[in-house]
Amino acid sequence: MELPGLYNYWVVVFLMMAGFYVVISQGNLVKKLVGLGLFQASVFILYITVGKVSGGAAPIAVEGITSYSNPLPHVLILTAIVVGVATTAVGLALVVRIYEAYGSVEEDEIHAQDLVEDDISEDPPFTESEVGKQ
Amino acid sequence: MSELQLLTWMPLVPLLATAGVIATDKSPNVREAVTIIAGVILFALVVTLAANIDWDNPTTLVLAEPLPGLRLAFTPEPLGLLFALVASFLWPITTIYSIGYMRSHKEENQTRFYAAFAVSIAAVMGIALSANMLTLFLFYEILTLSTYPLVAHAGNDKARRAGRVYLGILIGTSVGFLLLAMIWTWHVAGTLTFTQGGVFSDEVSPVVLSVLLALYVFGTGKAAVMPFHRWLPAAMVAPTPVSALLHAVAVVKAGVFTILKVSVYIFGIDTIADLAVSDWLVGIAALTIVLASAIALRKDNFKARLAYSTVSQLSYITMGAMLGIAAGAIGGGLHIAMHAFGKITLFFCAGAVFVTAHKSKISELNGIGRRMPWTMGAFAIGAVSMIGVPPFAGFISKWYLVGGALQTEQWIAVGAIVISTLLNAAYFMPIVYAAFFKEEDPQHSHGEHGEAPLPIVLALTVTALATGLIFFFPGVPLTLVDQMVGG
Amino acid sequence: MEHLPVLVVIIPLLTVPLCVLLDHPRLAWLAALASSWLSFAAAVGLVLQVSDTGPISYLLGSWEAPWGIEYRIDVLASYVLLIVTAMAALVLFAARESVRKDIPEARISRFYAAFMLAFAGLAGIVATGDAFNVFVFLEISSLATYALISMGKDRRALSAAFNYLVMGTIGATFILIGIGFLYMMTGTLNMADLAARLPEVADTRTVRAGFAFLAVGIGLKLALFPLHLWLPNAYAYAPCSVTAFLAATATKVAVYLLLRFMLQIFGLDFSLVLMPLDTLLLVLGLIGILSASMVAVYQGNIKRMFAYSSVAQIGYMVLGVGLATTTGITSAILHLFNHALMKGALFLALGGIAYRIGSTTIQDFSGLGRTMPWTMAGIVLGGLSLIGIPSTVGFISKWYLVLATLEEGLWPVALLVLIGSILAVVYIWKLVEAAYFGTPEGNPEIKEAPLSMLVPMWALVGANIYFGIHTDLSVGLASRAAAVLTGGAG
Repeated sequence: MELPGLYNYWVVVFLMMAGFYVVISQGNLVKKLVGLGLFQASVFILYITVGKVSGGAAPIAVEGITSYSNPLPHVLILTAIVVGVATTAVGLALVVRIYEAYGSVEEDEIHAQDLVEDDISEDPPFTESEVGKQ
Repeated sequence: MSELQLLTWMPLVPLLATAGVIATDKSPNVREAVTIIAGVILFALVVTLAANIDWDNPTTLVLAEPLPGLRLAFTPEPLGLLFALVASFLWPITTIYSIGYMRSHKEENQTRFYAAFAVSIAAVMGIALSANMLTLFLFYEILTLSTYPLVAHAGNDKARRAGRVYLGILIGTSVGFLLLAMIWTWHVAGTLTFTQGGVFSDEVSPVVLSVLLALYVFGTGKAAVMPFHRWLPAAMVAPTPVSALLHAVAVVKAGVFTILKVSVYIFGIDTIADLAVSDWLVGIAALTIVLASAIALRKDNFKARLAYSTVSQLSYITMGAMLGIAAGAIGGGLHIAMHAFGKITLFFCAGAVFVTAHKSKISELNGIGRRMPWTMGAFAIGAVSMIGVPPFAGFISKWYLVGGALQTEQWIAVGAIVISTLLNAAYFMPIVYAAFFKEEDPQHSHGEHGEAPLPIVLALTVTALATGLIFFFPGVPLTLVDQMVGG
Repeated sequence: MEHLPVLVVIIPLLTVPLCVLLDHPRLAWLAALASSWLSFAAAVGLVLQVSDTGPISYLLGSWEAPWGIEYRIDVLASYVLLIVTAMAALVLFAARESVRKDIPEARISRFYAAFMLAFAGLAGIVATGDAFNVFVFLEISSLATYALISMGKDRRALSAAFNYLVMGTIGATFILIGIGFLYMMTGTLNMADLAARLPEVADTRTVRAGFAFLAVGIGLKLALFPLHLWLPNAYAYAPCSVTAFLAATATKVAVYLLLRFMLQIFGLDFSLVLMPLDTLLLVLGLIGILSASMVAVYQGNIKRMFAYSSVAQIGYMVLGVGLATTTGITSAILHLFNHALMKGALFLALGGIAYRIGSTTIQDFSGLGRTMPWTMAGIVLGGLSLIGIPSTVGFISKWYLVLATLEEGLWPVALLVLIGSILAVVYIWKLVEAAYFGTPEGNPEIKEAPLSMLVPMWALVGANIYFGIHTDLSVGLASRAAAVLTGGAG
C-alpha cells in the first residue's frame, strides 16, 4: 500500500494527537472535553476504516455482489459513539456543577481556590521522625 | 489434666484474666485480685506440665493450619518450659508490686495497664510453647503490640515518642529481617518446625545459611543486639513494673529465647559451629556486651543504667547461642532464668526508690540505704548476682558461658565476659556503697520517708531470695536446659 | 442454574431503572440491597459450579461463539465475581446511614441507581468472554463511578471526578484501540478465540502496538504507578460508601483485566518473553509500593492516606504478576481477595467515623479510641492486616509474595517488599497513636457508629482474621486460577 492509501490512518493519527494535546495543554475544562471528544472520534474513524473493504458494497445480500464491507466494526463503533456521547454528557454535567461550586471552569483558578481551602482546613502534614528509621 | 488441656489453658488463663480485668474495671481490688489469682493458676499449670511431661513424645496441640504444612501449634519443649516457669512465677509477684507502685504513684488508665499486661503474658506463653517458627513469630508480634500501650502508658509526648521508637525498631526488624528469614527458611528447608539438630539438609550452601543466621539474629530486635538496642532504653518511660517484668524478663527474654530456639532447633548447634558468620556474630555480641556496659557506667538515670545493663546481659545469651557448643547454649538457657531474677529485683528497687523517695538519679541516692534497708539490701543481692559472684544465681550461667567460650577457644568471648564483669562491678557497686556508707545529701532530700509500701517490699524480697535460692537448688533449670541440647 | 453467569450481571443492571422509578430513598436502598445479595448468591453458585464442572460458557441469546457474545466463567472469573458481589452486598448494607447523611434526600434513589450501575459494569467486565464487551462494561461502570464520586460532600469531589473522567476515558479509549488492533489481525473479539489465533500473528507490529495500548489503558484503570494520579483525590473526596466499594472492587477488576489480557489472551510467552512486560511490572510495582507508602505517611487526611496505601497495595499485586511464576501470580490473585477484605473494612470504618464526626483528618482522630472503641478496634485490626501481622490475611499475601520473589532468587526485592510493610506500620501507627493517646479536643459527646455500619465492618474484620487462618478457600481458588493462567501457556 502506498502512503495515500493510508490516508485515513493519517487522519486518525492526526486527530488523536491533536485531541490528546488539547486535553493535556488546555486549562479550560470545556476545552479539555472537546479534546477528549476529538480523541475518541479518531478511534471511531480507525474502526470504521478497518471495516471498509475497498470496492466492497454495503453488507446487504444482493444477487451478483461478492465483496462486502465488514459490518461488525461499524456496529461496534455505534456502541462506542454512544459511550462517547455519554462521557461528554457526564463531563459537561460535571463542568456545570464545578462552575456552580467554584465560579470558574479554569483549572488553575479552581486549584488555587482548593489550595486556599487546604490552608484553612488542614494543618501542615504530620511529620514523623523516629519511626521508620530502622 | 492432660497435657493437651494444659497446653490449651496456659495461654488461655491470662487471656481470661484480660477479660476479667476489663469486666471489673470499676473495682480496683477485684481487678487486681483477678490478675493475681490468674497468675497463681498459671504458675500451677506450668509446674504441672513441667512435672508430668514425657519428653520422649511430647503432645502437640494444633491450633490451625493456615497454609499446607505450616501450622500454628504448641509443643512443650524444655527451654520453653523454663521460660514459661520464670515468667509465670514472676507475674503474680510483679502484680503485687504493681499494686503498691501504681497506687502510690496514682497512675491513670490502670485497667488498660493490667489488661495489656495479661495479654503480654498470654503472648509469652504462646512464644514459650510454640512448636514452630510461625507460631513463635505470631506471638512475638502480639507481644510487641500488647506491650506498646504499656510503654506509651503515660500518653505524653515523651512516652509517645518512646512508643514510636519501640514499635519502629521491634516491628521493623521483625518484619524486615525475621519474616524474610522465616520465609527463606521455608523456601530452602520446606519446614519451620523446631527439630532437634536443625532443619537444613547438608546441601544448603553455607553462604545462604550465614545470611539466614545473621537475619535471624538481627531480626530478633527483642534480643537488643547492637545496633538494634535503642528500643530498650526508650521503653524505660513505662511504669516500673513494666520495665521490671517485661523489659527485664518477658519481652527481652522472648528475644534471646527466639535466638536460642533458632540456633538449637532450626540450625542445630553443630551447624552453627561450622558457619564462619557465627564468629562474627559472637564478635558483635561481645561488642554489645562491652559497649552497653560502658554506656551503663555513664548513665546517671537509675532505670537507664539498668536498661543498658540488660542490653549487655542479653548479649551474653546471644553469644552463648552463637558459640556453637552445648555448654554455650546451656549457659545461654540458664542465663534466661538467672538474669531474670536478678534484674527484676534491681528494677523493683529502682521503682521502690522512685515512688517512695521520688528519686530517679543515682547521684541522689547517698545514704538511702539507712531509710530503706530492705530495698537496698535486695538491690545489693541483685547487683552481686548480676556481677556473677557466688552464692547467687548469676554465677551459674556465667560459669557455663565461660566454659563454653574456653572450649571453643573464642578468646573474644572470654575477654568480653571478663571485661563486662569488671564493668558490672564498677556500675553497680558504687550504688550499694553510696546507699549504705555515704552521708545523706540534704539538697537532694525530698522530705522524710521510710521504707517502700508493703506490697513493693514483699515483692522485691521474694525475688531477692529467689536469686539466692536458685544457686543452691539449680536442679530444675539445669535439667531442663540439659534436655534441650539433647540430654 | 444455567443462567447464573448472566444473572450476576443482569440483576444489578435491572435494579438501576427500578431504583430510579421507585424514587424513594428507603425503597431504593432495599431494592439495591436485595439485588446485591441475590447477585452475591449467584456468584457463590458460580464458584461452586465452576469448582464442580470446570469453566462455564454461557451464550447470550444462544448465538454461537465466536460470533455471538459469550459469557465465560472460569476459576479466576468466579473468584473475582465473588469478591465484587460480596463487597457490594456488605457495603450496601452499611451504606444506608452514611448515604442519608452524605447525600441530599432527593438524590438518594439516583445514588443507588448509579451504584448499581457501577456494580453491574464491574460484574460484567468479569463475566464476559468478549473483548469488546469488556470495553462497554468498563465504560458503564466508569461513567457511573464518575457520577458517584462527584456526589461527595466536599466540592473538591467535583474536580476529582472530572480528572478521573478525563484519565479514565483516555484509558478506556486506549483499551478500545488495543482491542481494535487485535481485531484487525485476527478478525475475532471472543477472548478464547483471540487467544487461539494470536500466536500466528504475534510477531507483527500491529499486535505489539495493540498490546502496548492495552497495557497502558489497563494500567490507567489499575492506577499503576505512575498512572495513579487520579486515584487519591477520587477516593478521598467520594462519599465513604463509594470509596469503600471502589477500593475493594474497582482496582481488583482492573487487575483481573491485566491477568486476562496479558496472561491469557496474549499468553505468558508473548507478554513476558517477547515483550518485557514482566520487568516493567516488577519495577513499576516496586516503585509504586515504596513511593505511595512514603507519600501515605505524610497525609493528614486519613481517607487520602488509605487511598495512597491502595496504590501501594496495587503495587504488590502487579509485582506478583511481574514475577511471572505460578507462585507470583497466585500471590497477586490472593492479594486481590485479601486486599478487598482489608480496605473494605478500613474504609467502612472510616465511613463510620466520618458519619459521627464529619471529618477524617488526623487531628479529629484524637481520643476516638475511647469514644468509638469498636470502630477504632476495627481500624487497628484492619491496619494490622495491612501491615501483615500473622493470623491476618495480609500475612498470607505477604508470605506468598515474598516466597515467590525468593523462588526467583530476587531477595533484594523481597527486602523492599517488607520495607513497604514497615512503612505501613508507620502510617497505621500515626493513626493509632492519635486515637488512643491523643487528647480529644472539642466535642466529647461523640458516639459509637450506628450498628448497621458496625456489623458489616466487623464482618469484614472477622473475615480478615478468618481467612488469615483458614486459607483453603482463598489460597485454593487463587492457586487453581494461577495454574490455569500459567499452565495454558506452558
